[in-house]
Amino acid sequence: MLNSKIPAGSLDKKWEDYKGHCKLVNPANKRNMEVIIVGTGLAGASAAASLGELGYKVKAFCFQDSPRRAHSIAAQGGINAAKNYQNDGDSVFRLFYDTVKGGDYRAREANVHRLAEVSGNIIDQCVAQGVPFAREYGGLLSNRSFGGTQVQRTFYAAGQTGQQLLLGAYSALERQVALGNVTMYNRHEMLEVVTIDGKARGIIARDLISGKLERHFGHAVLLCTGGYGNVFYLSTNAMGSNVTAAWKATRKGAYFGNPCYTQIHPTCIPVSGDHQSKLTLMSESLRNDGRIWVPKKQNDNRKPADIPEEERDYYLERRYPAFGNLVPRDVASRAAKERCDAGYGVGSSKQAVYLDYAAAIERYGKIEANKRQMHNASAAEITKLGKEVVAEKYGNLFDMYAKITGENPYEVPMRIYPAVHYTMGGLWVDYELMTSITGLYALGEANFSDHGANRLGASALMQGLADGYFVIPYTLGNYLADDIRTKAIPTDHPAFAEAEKNVQDTINQLMNIKGTKSVDHFHKKLGKIMWDKCGMARNEQGLKEAIVEIQQLRAEFWKDVRIPGDANEFNPELEKAGRVADFLELGELMCVDALNRRESCGGHFREESQTEDGEAKRDDDNFAYVAAWEYKGPSQFELHKEPLEFVECKPTQRSYK
Amino acid sequence: MEHYNMNLTLKVWRQKNTDAQGHFESYQVPGVSSEMSFLEMFDVLNERLINEGKEPIAFDHDCREGICGACSMHINGRAHGPWSGTTTCQLHMRAFKDGDTITVEPWRAGAFPVVKDLTVDRGAFDRIISAGGYVSVNTGNAQDANNILVPKDKADQAFAAAACIGCGACVAACKNSSAMLFVSAKVSQLALLPQGQPEKKTRALNMIAQMDSEGFGSCTNTGACEAECPKEISLTNIARLNREYITAGFTYEK
Repeated sequence: MLNSKIPAGSLDKKWEDYKGHCKLVNPANKRNMEVIIVGTGLAGASAAASLGELGYKVKAFCFQDSPRRAHSIAAQGGINAAKNYQNDGDSVFRLFYDTVKGGDYRAREANVHRLAEVSGNIIDQCVAQGVPFAREYGGLLSNRSFGGTQVQRTFYAAGQTGQQLLLGAYSALERQVALGNVTMYNRHEMLEVVTIDGKARGIIARDLISGKLERHFGHAVLLCTGGYGNVFYLSTNAMGSNVTAAWKATRKGAYFGNPCYTQIHPTCIPVSGDHQSKLTLMSESLRNDGRIWVPKKQNDNRKPADIPEEERDYYLERRYPAFGNLVPRDVASRAAKERCDAGYGVGSSKQAVYLDYAAAIERYGKIEANKRQMHNASAAEITKLGKEVVAEKYGNLFDMYAKITGENPYEVPMRIYPAVHYTMGGLWVDYELMTSITGLYALGEANFSDHGANRLGASALMQGLADGYFVIPYTLGNYLADDIRTKAIPTDHPAFAEAEKNVQDTINQLMNIKGTKSVDHFHKKLGKIMWDKCGMARNEQGLKEAIVEIQQLRAEFWKDVRIPGDANEFNPELEKAGRVADFLELGELMCVDALNRRESCGGHFREESQTEDGEAKRDDDNFAYVAAWEYKGPSQFELHKEPLEFVECKPTQRSYK
Repeated sequence: MEHYNMNLTLKVWRQKNTDAQGHFESYQVPGVSSEMSFLEMFDVLNERLINEGKEPIAFDHDCREGICGACSMHINGRAHGPWSGTTTCQLHMRAFKDGDTITVEPWRAGAFPVVKDLTVDRGAFDRIISAGGYVSVNTGNAQDANNILVPKDKADQAFAAAACIGCGACVAACKNSSAMLFVSAKVSQLALLPQGQPEKKTRALNMIAQMDSEGFGSCTNTGACEAECPKEISLTNIARLNREYITAGFTYEK
């Protein structure tokens, strides 16, 4: 039975009441309680630091060579908080409402409200750590807009906000390492959850340098292992981002929530060829000032500068006048696909649209000229000043674009196309962030809880840090308070031995296949199936085909994959093989979930369910639930439904027109 | 942008593990597209090595967008290769031309032992941060974020220093294998902000002490670190670190 454990009472009092009544662990007992944290991105690092500060004995694991390299580091645009510093009508309720609406009414209201409530604390905490957010000349914090909102609530540090927030959390984590409260295990990968008497009690991890398997006990285990966008092979995720920890938990009995909810980000650099290994995001913040367009004429091969203003179609501004270029990501992505599919795409592949900064450069140039009392500034002077302003706001993004494409985005409009970016689905968790395995938690992108079917920009950083800094320190204590009599369980317990044996058997099996095709070969094939049939648009027939194709590919993988080298050494190919093996199972479940959800909502677009003008059409009567899938064996999944109730945000057809 | 294909010769450092003897190995890599990134060229080579039943080349990489700091190749004698202000993953093959021979080595520094091939152990950087690269503020202690004003120029300078990705190129580029640019970036970031003031003395002293104990060399103000830094961290930060360190040394009262 799914029990979301949402506290009673009115929405705005639930978290307050919970904090006032949850059980506590006294400091002397905390010293005896061990907590395992897997993953050191924003959620993991902030949880490790906060729990270490409270006095728990924390063991943190990451597969990278340093916790500072977790992929949160790559988040560009910003972090939302309901501070209302701009006096433009923001509030906790408004942030809550925007997030539920942005998620197309498929998120849990209570969780989202809590997220909005603690959002302000996150900014306070990060500033206190020395995170250098952008500031105004008066010394106050600066804000900008993001998609799906009409207020300016996004805090940022140029286009490197994730980096600065992660380094803040990382430094807090390293401080706890120095104090002995956190033990850090770099270059370790979790390969199994150990359960004893139905409770999560530890993990099996592989030391990626020596290849040795290790057993680690914890009174509780926290998975902060990010999303699974790499199931598509090409995504904006880091090369190492994977679903393995979450998938091992799924196979152990944790339910997987809404696996089909994938976010396709509208502004990424287009694919250039078969060698492509990953896709690069151009921050959504660019849509603040950039204008998106395609030629009005199909198959127009002129250079962008040769296409006069009246022959350009600013299709987002045309279709969505209220939000314009700042519509939510799912809407913007589908609109780009629609234009390209209809033959209006640009660039050599025709799978791209323009993101143009010419108007912004001129607008900023004029403002800057006025500031400097240059009332008769020439066009060239205005352009120069405007470029300086744009460089200050978005310089690192423009540089990145120039390096990848060889084109100068200050002169030529950028070419962009949607790409897989984030996964709203993840391990099902209750209000306390506990999965359906007692004592096993999931934080950040690894859980399913706060973004519904579509995440708004600048909300991932907010959620990761909310979970780690401000939620888990309370909810974990509420669980561990009943566990203070449990002594550390020695790792020669049979459950550890059995778990380790399972892991060892899998590794042996992989190494002994000695087939003919590389891991990447299978990963690319899987990615193509997923992108073609479970990507931006999905339909029943395609999904049914995809399920069969994935099953065949998986069988082929286990017969024919070739992993060079040895298991008892540093072997990146073996690491990849284990991750792709898990993606080959998850991919099937994503298609099963997408097939089951015969409605369109947020990032999940079922072609059978759309309005007359091609917008996503929800079916609240039949699908206002969280789909939590239980693993029952290969290709066997049982659906559990958590009904979603909306008290404050009554579902309506989402409109940004 | 015109695209072209090229045939290249790669000379790559191969080393089985930390204790093994390393050596260069040459590979012919035909048909490399100018649109590939440097690491995608390695992907293509590795795919071929696997298909030939050989061991692929191990190298660190993750985000492939120039921010995680994992990639770490010394290319033709330069940390992260020929483009300035660029990580290896953002270096693209149009930097090279048909017929080029490219030499690729791991970071060379005693404090960064080779793990395998082009992969090194940069754990020393984490230990330096844990010696003082933080503000001691527990979660929940913070006051409202706008209570303390920070002048924009100071915030901007702090941000420029904080942009360090901890890749270790500064150490690899330095003839003394000094980590001063890395340490100075973190010390500067926090010294420039009001939040970093209470601990500024212990921070400078402790981080330098840890840096020395890790076996990094001394700074002789050559500036190779700044020239090779993919995030263009300024040498000014080293001057600021020296100032912080000397002031702390003279005035620290314990």
